[in-house]
Amino acid sequence: MSSENGKRLLETDAGGLNFEATELTLGLPGEPRVTSDGGAKLGSKRGFSETVDLKLGDNNREVKLGHSLQEAAKSPVSKTQVVGWPPVRGFAKRGKKSCKYVKVAVDGAPYLRKVDLEIYNSYQQLLTSLEDMFSCFTIRNYLNEKKIEQVNGIEYMPTYEDKDGDWMLVGDVPWQMFVESCKRLRLMKSSEAVGLGLTTGPKYSSTN
Amino acid sequence: MNYFPDEVVEHVFDFITSHKDRNSVSLVCKSWYKIERYSRQRVFIGNCYSITPQRLIARFPGLKSLTLKGKPHFADFNLVPHDWGGFVDPWIKALAKSRIGLEELRLKRMVVSDDSLELLSKSFPNFKSLVLVSCEGFTTDGVAAIAANCRFLRELDLQENEVEDHRGHWLSCFPESCTSLVSLNFACLKGEINLASLERLVARSPNLKSLRLNRVVPLDTLQKLLMRAPQLVDLGIGSYVDDPSSEVFSKLKAVIQLCNSIRSLSGFLEVAPCCMSAIYPICENLTFLNLSYAPGLQGNDLTKLVQHCRKLQRLWILDCIGDKGLGVVASTCKELQELRVFPSDPFDAGNAAVTEEGLVLISAGCPKLNSLLYFCHQMTNAALITVAKNCTNFIRFRLCILDPVKADPVTNQPLDEGFGAIVRSNKSLKRLSLSGLLTDQVFLYIGMYAKKLEMLSIAFAGDSNKGMLYVLNGCKKLRKLEIRDCPFGDVALLEDMGKYETMRSLWMSSCEVTLGACKILAKKMSSLNVEIINESEQLEFSLDDRLLVDKMYLYRTLVGHRKDKPEYVLLL
Repeated sequence: MSSENGKRLLETDAGGLNFEATELTLGLPGEPRVTSDGGAKLGSKRGFSETVDLKLGDNNREVKLGHSLQEAAKSPVSKTQVVGWPPVRGFAKRGKKSCKYVKVAVDGAPYLRKVDLEIYNSYQQLLTSLEDMFSCFTIRNYLNEKKIEQVNGIEYMPTYEDKDGDWMLVGDVPWQMFVESCKRLRLMKSSEAVGLGLTTGPKYSSTN
Repeated sequence: MNYFPDEVVEHVFDFITSHKDRNSVSLVCKSWYKIERYSRQRVFIGNCYSITPQRLIARFPGLKSLTLKGKPHFADFNLVPHDWGGFVDPWIKALAKSRIGLEELRLKRMVVSDDSLELLSKSFPNFKSLVLVSCEGFTTDGVAAIAANCRFLRELDLQENEVEDHRGHWLSCFPESCTSLVSLNFACLKGEINLASLERLVARSPNLKSLRLNRVVPLDTLQKLLMRAPQLVDLGIGSYVDDPSSEVFSKLKAVIQLCNSIRSLSGFLEVAPCCMSAIYPICENLTFLNLSYAPGLQGNDLTKLVQHCRKLQRLWILDCIGDKGLGVVASTCKELQELRVFPSDPFDAGNAAVTEEGLVLISAGCPKLNSLLYFCHQMTNAALITVAKNCTNFIRFRLCILDPVKADPVTNQPLDEGFGAIVRSNKSLKRLSLSGLLTDQVFLYIGMYAKKLEMLSIAFAGDSNKGMLYVLNGCKKLRKLEIRDCPFGDVALLEDMGKYETMRSLWMSSCEVTLGACKILAKKMSSLNVEIINESEQLEFSLDDRLLVDKMYLYRTLVGHRKDKPEYVLLL
């Protein structure tokens, strides 16, 4: 079988890696990491999530990298992490103040942002921060129903995807509970939401 | 010895307690085998698939204490898929059916169900001790069954398990008549418990020596518990947050002064740095301090605390203590034998909390150091060589440089020489974990010098098959070898197939081993189970033998293929 169908066969020509070719540079997020090209190798399923800078060492050395790193090197993503590294059991539970990054999508924006929910203490803070981040938008603020000055006339409703995969309106549950269950945020155009009867939100105290 | 009656020989054997020694004794002759097997009470099975419960029961009718281990070590780092195996259920069922008077069960990396726990609790009237480490599959209902039914329970020790928490009532299941507890550790449970029940339980357990609380136990309960149990030797604090000017906190300070038996302190699952000063009075007696789960303590807080711990023998800490903090440890803790420094943020090199400097300071200041687990952002050969000069007693040396394949930042060289120095000067080394940029050379050194090495963990290292071969040929005592992401392939795997019979197991993932080679190995060695873990959607095992295998786990066994393998495991 040739390597055209993407299967990872034993390469007898184990030529050295050209460092220039594998040098990692900063760039926009690339294509998805799953080797979906016909199930390349027997039993591969690597998750690539957050990133670590790979300094691949001296340019004069030809170093055979483990497979995970070869994959990482080929990726246009600037930094990649491999599964199971660092080898710390239950790493997320150790010591560090938890940080919970979730993606924020805004209808109509070409790219997403990420926010760390742990740095906020209330819905108010979060929404204010999101407004700053996407400064040309305004977000419908349910918490105190005040009319935020609309810059470009488009209003957005903050929604989030919870642990069960359901899309929920931001603000219904206590803040801590929201932080724990929120997987990602989406600022939905109010005009879309109108038809769904979601124009009035819960009255939830921002001091929760 | 054959001139003595069996009872005398048996009495002599009573003094032989290590598993290894008893195993050796049983091999001397038939008569000794027989005497040994009837008198054996404690059995250790390092791989639950190497033998069946039936054969265990048949050989050791007097069994009282069983230790079982299930999944391979790399399961701790998510490299082994869910449901791979390691089920304790068949063991408990078989033991329950037999006449074995089980008193103690210790499990590591096994899958335990509530039903198993319930059966366990009801089948052995003298059951005394349950220790579960890194297990999963059960809920607090199973724990409740143990509490309710084991009338003479002395030890319930849950360490780092994944337990589904059904909240609260399990603790109340200890009957009022239960007064035998010596050790209770539920730190890994996430849910609420009935605090009043806990207080009453502690109050009626005069023999309680070890108590490790979970995060929901607040400081004021801690204070009440310590009032009831000032005899504690080992304390794991749950939540340690309060206002230092509060009355509760003053009471706590007062009662802690009475707890002068405490030698081991851990937990602090939630902590307010300003409360740490209350701990200082007991620090001078501590031999073990574990702050590796304490969020939010800064370097200074840690350093100030450690300064009081002159008798410390084991320290587990987060890397935010920094190199300077480690310097303080080095000058304070002259009795230190074991140090573990965990990463608080492995992805942020900017926060480089500990480096090679901290390690060098420790090696210079702590002459008794024999066990190390050190996560750092960088390491140099020079530092390792210095450490090797200062410390020649290492039994365990595990170094994890967070950036895989990172070279010596000063010389840009691989770390071969540094690790080489470590193995050369530490002749008693039994366990070694490597990291950083490494070539075949480091393995040459390991094969040459690490003659007592039993366990070796390798990641992202080496250039060719030679690396693996150096190790397999040179390390005569090797029992466990685990390799990930190294360019080792068929030639290395197949060179000395008999070697694997002398080892417990071999793990190779993301290496260059082909399916064909694994098949050859499996065919030749009937005493090995060769498992291929295949997680991709296509389960077409009739694939090309030239395919590189992603995960292979092989282990010696007396009982052939296991019957409980999941679909994605291919047993060759």
